[in-house]
Amino acid sequence: MTTPLVEMRNMSISFGGIKAVDHVSVDLHPGEVVGLLGHNGAGKSTLIKMLSGAYAPDGGEIFINGEKATITNPRDARSYNIETIYQTLALADNLDAASNLFLGRELVTSTGLVDDAAMEAETRKIMKRLNPNFQKFNAPVSALSGGQRQSVAIARAVYFNARILIMDEPTAALGPHETQMVSELIQQLKAEGIGIFLIDHDVHQVLNLCDRASVMKNGQLVGTVNTADVTDDDLLSMIILGKNPNEVDA
Amino acid sequence: MTDTTSQPIPPQRKSFFQQLELDTRLLGMVGAFIILCLGFDFVTEGRFLTPRNIFNLTIQTVSVAIMACGMVFIIVTRHIDLSVGALLATCSAIMAMVQTAFLPDVLGLDLGSPLIAPIAIVVGIAAGTAIGAFHGWLVGYLTIPAFIVTLGGLLIWRNVGWFLTRGQTIGPLDSNFQVFGGTNGTLGPTVSWVLGAIFAAAAVFGIWNARRAKSAHGFPVKPVWAEMVLSVVSAGAILGFIATLNAYQVPQGRLRRIFEARGETLPEGYSIGYGLPVSVLLLIVIAVLMTVVARRTRFGRYIFATGGNPDAAELSGINTRMLTVKIFALMGALCAISAIVASARLTNHTNDIGTLDELRVIAAAVIGGTALAGGVGTIHGAILGALIMQSLQSGMAMVGVDAPYQNIVVGAVLVLAVLIDIQYRKRTGDA
Repeated sequence: MTTPLVEMRNMSISFGGIKAVDHVSVDLHPGEVVGLLGHNGAGKSTLIKMLSGAYAPDGGEIFINGEKATITNPRDARSYNIETIYQTLALADNLDAASNLFLGRELVTSTGLVDDAAMEAETRKIMKRLNPNFQKFNAPVSALSGGQRQSVAIARAVYFNARILIMDEPTAALGPHETQMVSELIQQLKAEGIGIFLIDHDVHQVLNLCDRASVMKNGQLVGTVNTADVTDDDLLSMIILGKNPNEVDA
Repeated sequence: MTDTTSQPIPPQRKSFFQQLELDTRLLGMVGAFIILCLGFDFVTEGRFLTPRNIFNLTIQTVSVAIMACGMVFIIVTRHIDLSVGALLATCSAIMAMVQTAFLPDVLGLDLGSPLIAPIAIVVGIAAGTAIGAFHGWLVGYLTIPAFIVTLGGLLIWRNVGWFLTRGQTIGPLDSNFQVFGGTNGTLGPTVSWVLGAIFAAAAVFGIWNARRAKSAHGFPVKPVWAEMVLSVVSAGAILGFIATLNAYQVPQGRLRRIFEARGETLPEGYSIGYGLPVSVLLLIVIAVLMTVVARRTRFGRYIFATGGNPDAAELSGINTRMLTVKIFALMGALCAISAIVASARLTNHTNDIGTLDELRVIAAAVIGGTALAGGVGTIHGAILGALIMQSLQSGMAMVGVDAPYQNIVVGAVLVLAVLIDIQYRKRTGDA
């Protein structure tokens, strides 16, 4: 295949002597969805937080488009067009949707003041596309439902022309209808050539949405498989037993 | 009005106040303040709401109110600053020593030189900012809790101030410096009216400009009559305040001395109002600037975002450590400005200046609706909080309540205000 959009090689990080991620390598191509699977505490979120800049790795290298990238904080990650939808959503509950969407990247007027009206207008535009039922533009996001909050977090990641999108359990708090919307969105973004890392617990969803799946257990990579080649039982045994059915090398 | 067809707004019947879209919490505070003033006025048989007492109330409030503006940002980001009173004392001591000892003795400036006051002020504000930034560095980068850093600061700066002056009262302060003290620096009726007219016009312009910006993007706006009511009320309040300050006449004895100093005699029947004190103008300017910072700058946005969810702010690429340094530095600068006002009002620096101000400032911010849990607070609320505290204190003094009882009442009011606030937030479902 072509040069990977993202290549993470031998990533390691320890917290207080525990190896949360131990020499894990994964990669991601443009227009590809790679699922990350594993038990709670397997190290999926931690691995991905090294890509989004939330954690600084102890070891390993990250290549973006084949070039070595230095990501030590979230600002670095954003400069590589890496956007993240965190499991916790990472919203400031006391601010409205527009302020959250543009947090850290506010639109300003010619005098350098924050341009709330312009940000609200942009927010209304993107929300019309993502979640047409969304109306609460002037309420703090604490007043929103789980699905509405999720759409704010998704809008934030999508709005800024992400090329690499990290989704950490994007449907965990959603009902069936909203989950369907997220699935459609993933298909649409994939068609636009965006690479997506999708962390999920739902094996079915990963088989449906992802091109490949990397499974982690106890901080180590069990293996990476093409989803077309495996059944959900294969994936489950990788997750639970840590056994790699195809011996695709890590 | 504008295009509402694309977004059908549910036809709810809104009450008068809902249509005004005012902060009901603020309305409640203003209501409480008015009831308080009317109550004291009744008990003191009309002595509370005189131009003279209102004038005194405003100049007594300025020092605490200026610091309360900074305390809002501190508390919004989930920190606290217990050192503001002590920092005020150190800044006051530094400025007093600069103008009475350092500049005349070391640089050889004559006492009364026009350079003395500006240099002292610049040095004082620089010192306050530096000390505040140092606090912020300890909190932000070394992650020592702000409570501990500023508790230490309370002990340290109170006594650094003592050492700088060797415990002496330093004064009299430079006469240009004293302009910031209140009665020694007022603008007179004419200038006050002009400023009042400018403020009123600016307030009205602000209301209509915000409306224009909203409708330009096709957002729903308030009915025109609501904007009219707001405009009239704000302009009326500003001009009424100026009229009250202008109505307080300079005492005849004081006028006679002013005229004698100029080598003239006081004309028969001459009288003039004080007008807007420079210190109050300073507070107004700071309040407007701080409100703009809070609402319309990235810095302000990041303060509130960090207060609402520090992790989210960090993940959004906000440098929350540097933000902490900036917030504490700003607090330090405001302490220095308060020190100018407080020492100028006393016409000299005393050792106990600003004692217990940290508690008044925190109480003003909290009564004004700043939530200790972070993320919520307004500048105008904190100033209103300071005004309520000061009105309580001086009203009780006028009624003849003993000092210990005054403090008991103020303490009880603080707790009660927070209780009411908690109930209010539960009721309305606010954060």
